Amino acid sequence: MLIPFFYMLREGGMKTSITELLTLLDAMKTGLAGQSVDDFYYLARASLVKDEAHLDRFDRIFGAYFKGVEDSLADLMQEIPDDWLRHQAELMLSEEERQQIEAMGGFEALMDALKERLDEQDERHEGGNRWIGTAGTSPFGAYGYNPEGVRMGQQESRNRSAVKVWDKRDYRNLDDSIELGTRNIKVALRRLRKFAREGAADQLDLDDTIDKTARNAGLLDIRMVPERHNAVKVLLCLDIGGSMDDHVRICEEMFSAARSEFKHLEYFYFHNFVYESLWKDNRRRHSEKTPTLDIAHKYGSDYKLIFVGDATMSPYEIVYAGGSVEHWNEEPGAVWIKRLLNTYPKAVWLNPEPKQRWDYTPSTKLVRELMEDRMYPLTIAGLDDAIRALH
Amino acid sequence: MTDNRFTGTSSYIATDDLTMAVNAAVTLERPILVKGEPGTGKTQLAIEVARSLGRPLHEWHIKSTTKAQQGLYEYDAVARLRDSQLGDDRVHDIGNYIVRGKVWEAFESEEQPVLLIDEIDKADIEFPNDLLRELDRMEFYVYETKKLITARHRPIIVITSNNEKELPDAFLRRCFFHYIKFPDKDTMAAIVDVHFPNLKKDLLREALDAFYKVRDVRGLKKKPSTSELLDWIKLLLAEDIPPDVLRGGDARSAIPPLYGALLKNEQDVHLFEQLVFLDRRTNPQ
Repeated sequence: MLIPFFYMLREGGMKTSITELLTLLDAMKTGLAGQSVDDFYYLARASLVKDEAHLDRFDRIFGAYFKGVEDSLADLMQEIPDDWLRHQAELMLSEEERQQIEAMGGFEALMDALKERLDEQDERHEGGNRWIGTAGTSPFGAYGYNPEGVRMGQQESRNRSAVKVWDKRDYRNLDDSIELGTRNIKVALRRLRKFAREGAADQLDLDDTIDKTARNAGLLDIRMVPERHNAVKVLLCLDIGGSMDDHVRICEEMFSAARSEFKHLEYFYFHNFVYESLWKDNRRRHSEKTPTLDIAHKYGSDYKLIFVGDATMSPYEIVYAGGSVEHWNEEPGAVWIKRLLNTYPKAVWLNPEPKQRWDYTPSTKLVRELMEDRMYPLTIAGLDDAIRALH
Repeated sequence: MTDNRFTGTSSYIATDDLTMAVNAAVTLERPILVKGEPGTGKTQLAIEVARSLGRPLHEWHIKSTTKAQQGLYEYDAVARLRDSQLGDDRVHDIGNYIVRGKVWEAFESEEQPVLLIDEIDKADIEFPNDLLRELDRMEFYVYETKKLITARHRPIIVITSNNEKELPDAFLRRCFFHYIKFPDKDTMAAIVDVHFPNLKKDLLREALDAFYKVRDVRGLKKKPSTSELLDWIKLLLAEDIPPDVLRGGDARSAIPPLYGALLKNEQDVHLFEQLVFLDRRTNPQ
């Protein structure tokens, strides 16, 4: 009976192995899970799932299998994370809409309206619908308007007593397609470090030499080790302002993780797209700029270039001279990014926008082509792929 | 084996799923890997398992420089070199310079011990791989003395991780796994009750409310966890703060007293104060 379940787990994208299945069978033989289905669920979870990011997936598959609802396996892959919806809704707000909100009576009126909407939404949500229907209306707008002030996650006290344990799906936040915290980013960035330790053995290893000499009863035995290249060089270019306001948090996390992780980290800011100059301090962005050419000359091609930006802009800003929203640029941004990519063959673009939306924005497509498809979503999985591409 | 089941102790509340995972590990004599937010009692688990089953506990705390070999044994070559210079007779027996590690100690134990390998993710990325055979077969080979060390009783191995590094698949396959999720209010009340049995009901309720409100604040870098809550309650008791101070009227409008015990990060404290300020302005009382 467990073999189809095992295959279903594997189909669902979990890397459960035969050893783990055998462990589970072993455990069941000892009568550990004899008492109830709940016990069996706990036992199966402890033996088959080894990563908290997969707990949610396991719960869904377990629920699907033991209820006999095979269909739900199909939409396992299509599930849209709540966060995603929220961000999308935020972005739908145009400048005019923001002004409209202002006109609606400012912050307090908005808060009231928001509360009402949220209540409404709760009811509908519990009624079995996704909140997708109401996305894009003002509650989310309000969230985008003031991300700090309004909390969107207060529906905690819903009565769930009748629900089975695995249907609760307490672990949903941890699925690895959801935007990440610094710790996770650091783990992902560490992969860059791991590969940076190779090289020719050209340094004296004092400890090992002493150790080997001692083992050799005092006869000198010199040991050499490769130089430690644990300082990978990274050039980080961050989009700031405008449409990126919605992603400030994730970019901050990415930035702080990168800063503590890499010894050789250089960072610059740009607005929407890279042109002839970048800057290090956003407060003095108009007075203290660094010419892009200087950057390309100063930092060698062994630097890995990482862009972080949503690539959401007017296509003119990329392909035309004078297309920049801020200043008159003599040469189009596309020329500048090509220059950078020529200098830095190892380059990726991290996009905080969910991947599903990239195709709807012409500028994203353009940037993707310019980057030769090396654009990755700013999620753990995306970061993993990006790091792999940087090797 | 069924008679020694772990069910939680008078000072440790274990949820059903945790109990099941621990019992599976005890019965099948395989390691159990415990993950979870910092401060949810991962390390405490091993101590409590040892206590409740009445077994000796061996603790091996991992640092970033720890090597797998150090848990098994170390060959003190420098001491031997020194002895050879001094003409000490001990030098002829290499066994004199083998220093036992925590794993060896656990293997030599007279009765089945509990071995805690704490914060395995702190060590080098290869560390877990170097322990595969030792954890699987519970034996290792001492090359210097050409002896095979086998465990007298397979120890109950509890491994904790803070997720700073990913662990290799081959290692994970050999373990049971449990993720300690953050306790809900009822479990939390039970946990607090175990630590402060004489706490007044209303103070407990207000403290828990305030605590979960702080945890709910979006954008905190480090959310307060169980151990911080316990510290905070200890402080509240020491300062003799009455429950109604905690209530503070409307929703988030009051800063809980002594909140320094809950928020450990300057930015978090700042963010929290800002939110409270904003809230006061929008909902004047």
